[in-house]
Amino acid sequence: MASSDSAAVHADHRKASGKIAALLRSQMRNIAPFLTLILLSAFFAVASPSFATIDNVGNILTQVSVTGIIAVGLTFVILCAEIDLSIASIANVTGIAVAYFTAQESYVNIANIPLPGWAAILLALALCAGLGLINALGLTLIGIPSFIMTLAMMQIAAGISALLVRGQIAYKVPDLIATLGSASIGGIPWIVIVAALMLLIGHLVLTYTRFGRYVYMVGGNREAAEYSGLNVKLILGSVMVIAAVCSGIGGMLGVAHFGSAQQNEFDTYLLDSIAAVVVGGTSLFGGRGGIGNTIVGLFVLGVLNNGLDHVNIDSFLKILIRGLILLAALVINVYAQRLRAKAAE
Amino acid sequence: MSEARSPILELTQITKAFGGVEALRGVDFALYPGEVHGLVGENGAGKSTLMKIIAGVHPEFSGRFMLDGRETRFRSTRDSRAAGIAMVHQELSVAPDLSVAENVFFGVQPTNRLGLVQWRRMAREAGEQLARFGIHVDPMCRLGDLPIGLQQLIEIARVLFSGARIIILDEPTSALSPPEVERLFATLRRLRDAGTAIVFISHFIEDILNISDTVTVFRNGRKVAETAAAATTKAELIEAMIGKGREALEETYTHDVALPPPSRQPVVLTANGLSLSRSLREVSFQARAGEVLGIYGFMGCGQIELARILFGKLRPDRGTLEVAGKAKAFASTADARRAGIAFVPESRRAMLFHQEPVYKNVSISILDRISSVWLKPARERAIAMRQVEQLQIRPTAVELDLGMLSGGNQQKVALAKWLTFPPRLLVLCEPTRGMDVGAKNDVIHIVRSLREQGLAIIVLSTEPETVLSLADRILVLKRGAVVREFANEAISKDRLLEAA
Repeated sequence: MASSDSAAVHADHRKASGKIAALLRSQMRNIAPFLTLILLSAFFAVASPSFATIDNVGNILTQVSVTGIIAVGLTFVILCAEIDLSIASIANVTGIAVAYFTAQESYVNIANIPLPGWAAILLALALCAGLGLINALGLTLIGIPSFIMTLAMMQIAAGISALLVRGQIAYKVPDLIATLGSASIGGIPWIVIVAALMLLIGHLVLTYTRFGRYVYMVGGNREAAEYSGLNVKLILGSVMVIAAVCSGIGGMLGVAHFGSAQQNEFDTYLLDSIAAVVVGGTSLFGGRGGIGNTIVGLFVLGVLNNGLDHVNIDSFLKILIRGLILLAALVINVYAQRLRAKAAE
Repeated sequence: MSEARSPILELTQITKAFGGVEALRGVDFALYPGEVHGLVGENGAGKSTLMKIIAGVHPEFSGRFMLDGRETRFRSTRDSRAAGIAMVHQELSVAPDLSVAENVFFGVQPTNRLGLVQWRRMAREAGEQLARFGIHVDPMCRLGDLPIGLQQLIEIARVLFSGARIIILDEPTSALSPPEVERLFATLRRLRDAGTAIVFISHFIEDILNISDTVTVFRNGRKVAETAAAATTKAELIEAMIGKGREALEETYTHDVALPPPSRQPVVLTANGLSLSRSLREVSFQARAGEVLGIYGFMGCGQIELARILFGKLRPDRGTLEVAGKAKAFASTADARRAGIAFVPESRRAMLFHQEPVYKNVSISILDRISSVWLKPARERAIAMRQVEQLQIRPTAVELDLGMLSGGNQQKVALAKWLTFPPRLLVLCEPTRGMDVGAKNDVIHIVRSLREQGLAIIVLSTEPETVLSLADRILVLKRGAVVREFANEAISKDRLLEAA
């Protein structure tokens, strides 16, 4: 009898600690990225006196802004268990397009079409939305997997970019874009404000609107979404267009931020955006995560990139370290999915 | 009979909880080589949970687990497979994109000395094994292209021929036709006589009594009875399962069921000459308001395809649909839903979001009617709570992830999705498959009350009992064509089976 009593006590203990463990397991996807961010920040703060300063926090915010704007749309796509590899190319071509429709200085050797600023912006937005729509149609109507469809679009957008600038560099963009991309208000760069606003809007849409719920449900179980009478193709198509338009906005502001529009300017943003979303803990299998995760992911990448500069590390080693951090995040992502599935059983 | 031998598997005081809900409470269970051990109990009684512990699906539980007289702990299904345990789960778990042969030899493909897969040998042996089991299909065709019932048979065959010494079958017969069940039982008896230990879970008490040596009854996570199959009766088992006084619930349908005269209410849906490649041939019928139309046929008769055409998931090659007198060509399931059609597929996995809370599952199909751009979570919860109460879904917490509910309760959630705003036409596939007597009865009551409200209801099933218990008019579908209609007459299970 005594042994069974102690077994019961033991079981009680296990039950209590089991509950906490189950909660931790189910929240692993949110906890792990946040811990990573805190650890990285602490490490760099100790390693370099110039890291943990107000100025540098401002630097990090500015540095992650373009990635942040692009990552908003990508978060929608990944939540639906799809992928968009054309985001950086679409950002690039949209940035180039807005410059192409703006009067350039006489020394810029591009046969461009100068238009009023508002027209240039509208045309550039129409271009990225159009490219996103082609992605959407390829994915939903023809049934090309998004990985392949957007791989093709990556080339198409790069091709349009090349044709527009022909190896040259354009500098002028409409005033509104120039202001939002490179000016500040009250010491805060406009681009940070735009990125924050877009992240906020993305979060509101995903969390509080019907469309946002549909995105999560389609990502969680596409078959069930279809048998619930949702228009799955419309939802998938919409997220592809949203991703392209976010990329386009990021591209226009990025061009203003960098001060020039040229070929291959955004190449690193593809990996950075995917990394931000996934490192933040949004599930590659869809249905889990959100803008909150993306923000944490952005800061992890931002702190990492910025911090590595402060500790004066070999710039070639930086690339490798970034790759390793991404790998670690992917491992956590997959494990979090598994643990969550177990906790739900 | 097996008392002299020692058990191959002996579980003592097994307890397992999911998120505070106890699924098993101190259960003892012993399994002997060369016996078929039947398990019965209502949905959520703990049968499947216990079997999943044995199969290594749930590695965390308390209690003692002895295999071959040694204390063992499986950390995963891999460990249990290595120990010679194989399980057929209630929900289909096959690889639809692989060939039939690859599924049969999943993980144990025959290889040559270079480690390359011997495709021809694999195809031949898979074909032979399946043929022994009465299945004649091309072993190299994609499994997902076959009807669901055949896929289930192939999954069973894979496990039976895997060489496992402990085989667990969770509701294997629900999708099978009577001759298929007979073939399954013959194979099980052969394996038992060769020394395999078999656990057989079913809601079909006749099947349990027919095949089992020992029967164990579960209720509310406890073992309430264990007896030799020869020493008990169906009535006794049902009494143990659900308590006294409810034996009448289990209809046997050996006598005639009287179908009422045809309804005179308006036609809600007209199907004209629906045809779909090899699945359906010139299927025409009408469904009227306030009437339950039963469509019966064996697995693979084209029911699944027909149901999907009605809900806009498949488009027919030929033929038309009219809803309330207007011709409709659904481009998507969303079109069908907007036309007032509701659909519950035969698989809960295809219908529900297991990682989302119950209330989001209940509200998903009506979000556009209860909210515009912005969600109204308070309203969603209120609606879900009302449905949970009306359909007696347990547990009642609407915040709980759906995956934590038992199968029968999940099925009720699948129905609840459509009931807040009653549709014109409700298409139900296998509405009571794998459900216990009590839950079945609940579903029957729900369907009848919906009929009284004036809905047109189509019930498609491979179980004669389901159709007989629900339908006012019955169509028999055979090889994709309507071969018989029963209306305004008395009909028995035998005559229905004969027609199919």
